[in-house]
Amino acid sequence: MTKIDIVNRVLEHTGLPKQDADIAVETIITLIKGALAKDQPVILRRFGSFQTRAKNLRIGRNPKTGEEAEISARNVVRFKAGKHFKQAVNGES
Amino acid sequence: MTKSEMAEELAKKIGVKKQQAEDIINIFTGCIINALAHGDKVEIRGFGSFRVRDRAEKIGRNPKTGANVHVPAKKVPFFKSGKDFRSTVNSI
Repeated sequence: MTKIDIVNRVLEHTGLPKQDADIAVETIITLIKGALAKDQPVILRRFGSFQTRAKNLRIGRNPKTGEEAEISARNVVRFKAGKHFKQAVNGES
Repeated sequence: MTKSEMAEELAKKIGVKKQQAEDIINIFTGCIINALAHGDKVEIRGFGSFRVRDRAEKIGRNPKTGANVHVPAKKVPFFKSGKDFRSTVNSI
C-alpha cells in the first residue's frame, strides 16, 4: 500500500476532490514531521505515538567488512504502536 | 501534538470542519492498521514505511515477583522512518 491508496480511501469516504484528498494526506505527514522536528511527540489515539530519541555517538562495525566505524550522535524517530494497533496485527480485534 | 490539535491544523489548511479533519486522520491511521492487519506493508515516500515484525516467544520475568513467565510469539507493528524524515529530525 502506498500514499495513493490512502488518498483514494480518503476521497471515497469524504467525497473531497482528489486534489484536496491528496493535500489532506500530505498535510498529515507534514504535521507529524514538523512536530518531531521541534522535538514534540505526536500522539494519535488508537494508532500510536511518534517521538524522537537522541542517540549518542557510538562505534559500529560494517557487517560486510568487519571494519569499525564511528556512528555520529543523532536523533531517531520512534513509533510506538497503540494497544488497538498491536491487537489488530495479532488478529485480536 | 494530539489528534485534536492535528485536526485543527488540518482543518485550517484544507478548509474543512474540524470534525471532518478528524475523520480524515482516522481514515489515514485506519488504512495503515488495516493493511498491516492483513499482512500488507505501507510505504509512504518521504515519510517512511510500516511493516509487521515477528517477535519470537521468550521467557520473560515479572519484575515485581521475579517469577518466570512464558511470553508467546507475536507480531508487532514497526515503523521505519524514510531518508527525508530522518534528516528532518537532525536539521539544527
